[in-house]
Amino acid sequence: MIEMQDAAYGYAGKPILAEMTLRLAPGSFHFLTGPSGSGKTTFLKLCYGELLATGGSVQLFGQNAQDLDRDAIAQLRRRIGVVHQDCEFLDHLPLIDNIALPLTVTGRDGPAQTANLTELIAWVGLSARAQARPPEVSGGERQRAALARAIIMDPEVILADEPTGNVDWEMSLRLLQLLCELNRMGKTIVIATHDLALIRAAKPQVQARVLRIAEGRLQAAGANL
Amino acid sequence: MNLSLDLLALLRGEVQADRIVPRTGHTARLTAAVSGAMAFLAVFALALSLAAGRLAERWETALAQSATIRVSAPAGEIDAQTQAILTILAQTPGVAAARALSDDEQRALLEPWFGPDLPLADLPVPRLIEIIETPEGLDALGLRQRLAAETPGAMFDDHTRWRRPLVAAADRLRLLGWLSLALILGSTAAMITLAAQAALASNQQVLRVLRLVGARDSYIARAFVRRFTRRALTGAAVGTALGALAIAFLPRAADDGAFLSGLGFQGAGWLWPLGIPPLAAVTAFWATRIAAMRRLGGLR
Repeated sequence: MIEMQDAAYGYAGKPILAEMTLRLAPGSFHFLTGPSGSGKTTFLKLCYGELLATGGSVQLFGQNAQDLDRDAIAQLRRRIGVVHQDCEFLDHLPLIDNIALPLTVTGRDGPAQTANLTELIAWVGLSARAQARPPEVSGGERQRAALARAIIMDPEVILADEPTGNVDWEMSLRLLQLLCELNRMGKTIVIATHDLALIRAAKPQVQARVLRIAEGRLQAAGANL
Repeated sequence: MNLSLDLLALLRGEVQADRIVPRTGHTARLTAAVSGAMAFLAVFALALSLAAGRLAERWETALAQSATIRVSAPAGEIDAQTQAILTILAQTPGVAAARALSDDEQRALLEPWFGPDLPLADLPVPRLIEIIETPEGLDALGLRQRLAAETPGAMFDDHTRWRRPLVAAADRLRLLGWLSLALILGSTAAMITLAAQAALASNQQVLRVLRLVGARDSYIARAFVRRFTRRALTGAAVGTALGALAIAFLPRAADDGAFLSGLGFQGAGWLWPLGIPPLAAVTAFWATRIAAMRRLGGLR
């Protein structure tokens, strides 16, 4: 699904990540931890093709990321749902349209998809806030909307970058629960977080691996919860 | 193929896709206003070109097949020389018709300079013979040599000397008109490119989000291209209509074909301005598409 072999990434001659060797198996659940600035976001960006490895190789669904053209990258992002740290919304559109954005840009905004959309919005608990614009909603609602947008295309992999970074503990648990439910549906999940309490809270719900990035390298890879 | 799909989507419109790009009143007004103003100027440049073209053609064709012989001789010999010249002309290949101008016609020609009461009989005014050539034309050199030999007072003038610079001037004017059109088109492209770049820069976050959710470059570009193309088309349509109205209300061409009063469109020439709005739209389409693709190239 997503496989790295000695992958490295550097910017302006400065190495950020190195010797990243990893395979994300279908249906697996991973936490990615590490201190702020350790390269967690960079790692996720390598996973959905926003950045290209400067060394080694990154295989995305069997294709070398280096060989993908811009259209292929766009195609790939329909198979990988991403919950961004700062959510990345279009502020002039209501939440419902932001959530439906992946359907809109792929021309799949027919009646069947609209029904699924309504169901999905109810699942993340945003039915009452669907017509609100992103600046008008709370951090937790934004995160749930971001999660809904990430999964609306029924992706095989979901990458979440600090999804609980701006929400209270109760909302963090709610989001975690949603991600665990998705994993039980067969989705591969990677959550980048520095919140160890969140990782501990996941223990009763899911079988997860914890990966740690420190000094630009993956450490303790394979440690199970 | 992709371009055809883009153009089809452009005409069809996509309500949902159009909402993705926030409305930008400033660039919208700028694009429409620039297109309108440029279309207005383009109508005049077009009218100038077409009028200059008609003028050049008229001078070229009307004067190319006519010539004049001026007969200067003592009063007692002028009729005999005129008759001799007419005889020569009757034998000359390429001459369709030849006739001596009557006194009234000569008086009419001189009236603008000497007034209506010119005593033509008392003045040593040369006799003028008008020649109409066949489409094949006559051998001017041969005729000149024969006239010099047989009627020394005759001076053959095929109008080439003064016709050539006039036609050249009209041709140059026509060229300037087309050049103005090209400059107007180029300026329109530049202004729309600037407006599109401003809109793209202010919507950098929109571009980024769309890429992240899996939108292809062509889809994103189309959202901007459609908007700018429609604005340009609308603005140019209004500008063209106003320009055409202004041309229509110019004073009508006088019989003597004065150039300024002849500025305008005639007959099917009125169809020419209809090409301006689509041309503005195509220009906006490409200017925005190129600007959008360049901007998107900076995003992965």
